[in-house]
Amino acid sequence: MYKILKKEELNPTVTMMDIYAPFVAKKAEPGQFIILRVDENGERIPLTIAGYDREKGSVKIIFQIVGATTKKLNMKNEGEYIEDFAGPLGVATHTDGLKKVCIVGGGVGCAIALPIAQKLKENGCEVTSIIGFRTKDLLILEDEFNSASEKLYVMTDDGSYGREGNVCVPLNEMFDAGEKFDMVITIGPLIMMKFVVEATKKTGIPCTVSMNPIMIDGTGMCGGCRLTLIEDGKRVTKFACVDGPDFNGYEVDFDEAMARGGMYREFERHAYEETCNLFAKEGK
Amino acid sequence: MAAKINMNPERNPMPAQDAKARGKNFDEVTYGYSEATAIDEALRCLSCKHMPCVSGCPVNIHIPEFIGKIKEGDFEGAYQVINKSSSLPAVCGRVCPQEVQCEAKCVRGIKGESVGIGRLERFVADWHNAHANGAVNKIEKNGHKAAVVGSGPSGLTCAGDLAKKGYDVTVFEALHTAGGVLVYGIPEFRLPKAIVKKEVENLKEMGVKIETNIIIGKTLTVDELFDMGFEAVFIGSGAGLPNFMGIPGESYNGVYSANEFLTRSNLMKAYESDPVTPIMKGGKVAVVGGGNVAMDAARSALRLGAEKVYIVYRRSMEELPARKEEVEHAIEEGIEFMLLNNPVEILGYHNPDDRRDPKNGFVTGMKCIKMELGEPDENGRRRPVPIEGSEFVLDVDTVIISIGTSPNPLIKTTTKGLEVNRRGGIIVEENGATTKEGVYAGGDAVTGAATVISAMGAGKIAAKAIDEYIQSK
Ligand SMILES: Cc1cc2nc3c(=O)[nH]c(=O)nc-3n(C[C@H](O)[C@H](O)[C@H](O)COP(=O)(O)OP(=O)(O)OC[C@H]3O[C@@H](n4cnc5c(N)ncnc54)[C@H](O)[C@@H]3O)c2cc1C
Ligand SMILES: Cc1cc2nc3c(=O)[nH]c(=O)nc-3n(C[C@H](O)[C@H](O)[C@H](O)COP(=O)(O)OP(=O)(O)OC[C@H]3O[C@@H](n4cnc5c(N)ncnc54)[C@H](O)[C@@H]3O)c2cc1C
Ligand code: SF4
Ligand code: SF4
Ligand code: FES
Repeated sequence: MYKILKKEELNPTVTMMDIYAPFVAKKAEPGQFIILRVDENGERIPLTIAGYDREKGSVKIIFQIVGATTKKLNMKNEGEYIEDFAGPLGVATHTDGLKKVCIVGGGVGCAIALPIAQKLKENGCEVTSIIGFRTKDLLILEDEFNSASEKLYVMTDDGSYGREGNVCVPLNEMFDAGEKFDMVITIGPLIMMKFVVEATKKTGIPCTVSMNPIMIDGTGMCGGCRLTLIEDGKRVTKFACVDGPDFNGYEVDFDEAMARGGMYREFERHAYEETCNLFAKEGK
Repeated sequence: MAAKINMNPERNPMPAQDAKARGKNFDEVTYGYSEATAIDEALRCLSCKHMPCVSGCPVNIHIPEFIGKIKEGDFEGAYQVINKSSSLPAVCGRVCPQEVQCEAKCVRGIKGESVGIGRLERFVADWHNAHANGAVNKIEKNGHKAAVVGSGPSGLTCAGDLAKKGYDVTVFEALHTAGGVLVYGIPEFRLPKAIVKKEVENLKEMGVKIETNIIIGKTLTVDELFDMGFEAVFIGSGAGLPNFMGIPGESYNGVYSANEFLTRSNLMKAYESDPVTPIMKGGKVAVVGGGNVAMDAARSALRLGAEKVYIVYRRSMEELPARKEEVEHAIEEGIEFMLLNNPVEILGYHNPDDRRDPKNGFVTGMKCIKMELGEPDENGRRRPVPIEGSEFVLDVDTVIISIGTSPNPLIKTTTKGLEVNRRGGIIVEENGATTKEGVYAGGDAVTGAATVISAMGAGKIAAKAIDEYIQSK
């Protein structure tokens, strides 16, 4: 059992928690993730490590309430426990030797991107960040990004905060102005990452993407998290939980990944509604 | 008093659930022998002096001796005989491929059916579990610490044997439940989870600590285990990542590895009526492969509500590697065997006019080619060769791929000095010692996918070697 040390709502659909998990905290690096189960009989879901305190033994997670499990997790309060919390899993983001990096985060993907930005800054790297949200109410972590970046662009789709437009707008402007980076790191919805990769491609700057396919064990046993890379024209199967979650954006077959992401849509909508009904009943 | 020998050439049949009914539930298929049937079956054993059956058992259970105890009605005595060689009889009695091991060597098999050794072993273990008083002998601790990585049959056995010798043993398991393939692979209808749970509880009663959610190589490394005071480490991390065929269409929705399908069904309990973990139900399912894993996936799919389940295997019935009993059960349950067929492509749905069509990217069929058996290969197995122009499309909406596994690199890449062979299996000496001092390994992590009993045997051998190693330090 793993204790919830702290809980904070970042916006109506995104929550942050600090979990007491000293083994995970000791090893965690930016870019890695954990797998949790909220309670016995619960589903296993992966969440990125959004921060850690090795001394306190705590690990920070930031999650968006999208379905049954994240909703159940959000019902837990400080001082309560979650059943399972295993990690750190996956390969840490490579930050060594990078001097100038552009980080592009979208939505809750910003939570995943933040520790990478912080780590880069710690290493003396010059960080430019672009963070994008659908609308002002969904904005998270602006202050944190501000202190981790030399330059920060905040974008909203509807222009309700920051600049109007998607994250590719300032990215393209910088590229057009001849700005050079050692690397572009992007984390967010697949469709956003696909566009960031396309925009970056013409500059020849390496582009790392963070893939989040459906996972079950997260340890390299089930093969559910597989995706296809196109390496030198050859299609190669990779497993996001052990080989990733970071991959070379130029090699990822995004269309396939997007199709796979929709596999359980119907089931999840049903499970989500069930959970909502359950809570509604309990509430009465 | 010499008991009368039962000269019936046929063994006592195994009582089982009706084939139609069981295709719809996850209850255990077979019920096991009653006391009277067990004694009757035991009386078929000739107590051969040269005991050929014993040499067929990978852990050399004293078969005539335990069967002799059954003849006398001393079931607990029979259990004690088995317990000297095997720590998981309730499991092995159910899942061992007896027909190629102990029972293959039984002299009664020459002119009739061999003695039902596995069935008797299961009977004895179940009898013991139902009647044992649960009191464990107090074990004197010897003050030494040993770590076990993985809680499959190899790890559990190694842990149990070391605990019996007085070691302070901790098992580290990556998943949230202990048991390895016994809980996430082999389904409930073949091996009830309660049996595995009981074995794990027994270990805990013996003082073995089980730490779940710890991934060795990630959460802790093998070297850190030594820093924590463990004097030796046993690695029983299992067979690893599923292989795919490398044919077009394997990423369509509705294509699973057997590991994923079975994990969803077993470990995550997708088979329950209102599961939290999704799984495809209903429709037509093709399972590619012919091993135990393929049979389990096919029979689970049937129970989850598939209207039609095919086994697609590129060789013939004779080469099918699965346990014979499971193949028979699968046929009885109505699973169709498409032998001498090989998939060449998985077909999917595309609606060019509507990118948002929810059917986009889902499987619509599988193109196969017919095969024939050619010349034997270096292993003496006849090589299947495709018959040109014989392609056809099998109408299915789920494809489960069950063509083996490759070792997981997690532990290897984080443990300096631990060497693996070309296929990724950990290199060990006969006693289980790896190339790194104090580190032992066994089971599927060494051999690639094999059997429960061989993994258990490897755990036993390593426990002995670890004891000798620590005592000689
Ligand atoms: C490596 C990795 C890191 C992630 N990090 C974060 C994070 O830091 N914050 C965050 O909010 N989300 C993160 N996610 C996504 C998160 O795992 C899903 O939002 C969560 O599983 C949804 O579960 P649910 O039951 O609440 O929703 P559901 O109703 O089950 O699903 C909603 C959507 O979530 C996705 N999803 C469902 N199950 C899984 C699963 N087992 N694995 C992956 N995705 C799934 C699907 O795309 C689905 O359409 C990450 C995913 C991966 C693979
Ligand atoms: C579906 C299926 C059906 C089968 N049917 C039969 C049958 O009928 N008869 C038969 O004899 N055999 C059968 N087998 C094969 C048999 O189950 C295996 O050979 C046996 O379980 C191997 O045991 P093991 O201890 O080596 O590994 P496993 O049982 O695979 O256990 C390994 C354990 O280690 C854990 N682990 C892995 N990596 C790490 C890590 N880094 N840190 C911590 N823990 C880790 C895993 O989570 C797992 O729990 C079947 C296998 C499958 C998949
Ligand atoms: S353990 Fe397996 S091979 Fe050995 S006697 Fe029992 S059933 Fe036969
Ligand atoms: S070979 Fe068969 S008959 Fe002979 S001792 Fe073994 S089980 Fe009994
Ligand atoms: S999540 Fe199962 S192999 Fe990656």
